[in-house]
Amino acid sequence: MYSEKVMDHFSKPRNVGEIKDADGVGTVGNPVCGDLMTMYIKVKDNKLVDVKFKTFGCGAAIATSSMTTELAIGKTIEEALKISRAEVAENLGGLPPIKMHCSNLAADALHEAIKDYQKKQKAKP
Amino acid sequence: MDNGAGMPLDSRVFEAMKQYFMDDYGNPSSSHSFGNAAKSAIETAREKVAQLISAEKPQEIIFTSGGTESNNLAIKGVAYRNRAKGNHIITTAIEHMSVINICKYLQKEGFEVTYVPVDKQGVVDLKKLKAAINEKTILISVMYANGEIGTIQPINEIGQLAKENNVLFHVDAVAAAGKVPINVQEQNIDLLSVSSNDMYGPKGVGALYIKKGTKIVPIIQGGGQESGLRSGTENIPGIVGMGKAAELAQSEMESESKRLIGLRDNLIKGVLDKIPYSFLNGHPTARLPNNANLRFSYIEGESLILGLDMYGIQVSSGSACTSKTLQPSHVLMAIGLPHEQAHGSLVFTLGKQTTQEDVDYVLELLPDVVKRLRALSPLTPKELLR
Repeated sequence: MYSEKVMDHFSKPRNVGEIKDADGVGTVGNPVCGDLMTMYIKVKDNKLVDVKFKTFGCGAAIATSSMTTELAIGKTIEEALKISRAEVAENLGGLPPIKMHCSNLAADALHEAIKDYQKKQKAKP
Repeated sequence: MDNGAGMPLDSRVFEAMKQYFMDDYGNPSSSHSFGNAAKSAIETAREKVAQLISAEKPQEIIFTSGGTESNNLAIKGVAYRNRAKGNHIITTAIEHMSVINICKYLQKEGFEVTYVPVDKQGVVDLKKLKAAINEKTILISVMYANGEIGTIQPINEIGQLAKENNVLFHVDAVAAAGKVPINVQEQNIDLLSVSSNDMYGPKGVGALYIKKGTKIVPIIQGGGQESGLRSGTENIPGIVGMGKAAELAQSEMESESKRLIGLRDNLIKGVLDKIPYSFLNGHPTARLPNNANLRFSYIEGESLILGLDMYGIQVSSGSACTSKTLQPSHVLMAIGLPHEQAHGSLVFTLGKQTTQEDVDYVLELLPDVVKRLRALSPLTPKELLR
């Protein structure tokens, strides 16, 4: 059902965990639906120097989270905001159609984390 | 350990079927000797299936294309036949989708259906079932055992209740037949559905027991085969295979169920001992010998399936993420599990080929798979990860 790339990211997920002093945190999904993910970002000179995740969900949810962190690290804020669900799925060699909507939330979580960072920046004196 | 979804064919069953594909290909409706051989093969199979469920006469068995058709024939057949008498059907919230969807269809046709709830262990609420019976009730349909959570229903009590109230009683025994003793006469069962491939027989064959004197209408019209209740040329190899499967199931039931119960309980106890925040779904003792449904907090079932599959362990799940509808199993919802708990459930269905070594292998690997997924999950409490 899943591509080799998905299984690779599921079995050896990259960048798992929390960032204690994260500059932004974003959570999307809901355990009721079966998918919940949190992204943590660390920003330096407008670049994402570190991204980590924690995910409750199916194989696709875990693999998309892992792939999103790989795509995001090293990108500027502007570039990272352009990472889309479709791009994540494409880099994983595609997802089963039924998983495209429900379990492909990691890009959204990343964008939420960036928004959180931007809000905090604005609040700074 | 996913025998619930599809069981392998027993090689002895295949041996019995073989000659009916190429050599004895007669049509039982023909009068010549070729046809007679086919006819007698069907009648032998009918006897074997009748014996498995202690039916009074082989003629009470009608062969169908499987459990789903048997449920359709039983429920629609009774409903349409008894429309003048009443329009009320009683069933439970945890029936197989074939029963639930037939009932939903009949509701659109003007029938009233009561879905009786079950308790936390999946046992039907007898008081509510009794209270649901009214003068319009024509049928009670309750599964013998649930293939997902394993719980066996109080069939004797329900049969008694149906008899006292002069209501027909249908039992979907697809998950139970061949695994636990069934006696349709003593248990006051009027109609009972069984499937061949749930007892190591071929797919595409099933049977419906219809107690002598019970009037139903056919749902497939045609040449009048199977006493007019199921037209269409008989699937001779399939029927022969089902007969053989029924015979083997009956002769091996006592020893095999004892063996499976031992393995099942080792698996359940091992998991509950080794893995914190793991729970058993369904009834601890009134359950199918081959079923263990376990649930793990903070993680999701499909990722568990994938995690185990990497080690060659096949299981299934009640999680929404493994279903086409994206809804968690209606059975797990009916036993009162919150969504996030239902998502983390795994079904182990043991079979003839399952050994203690297999159980040990699961017990060796599952704790690590659970631990790894919990380490990924934002829901896992920190103290559990230390």
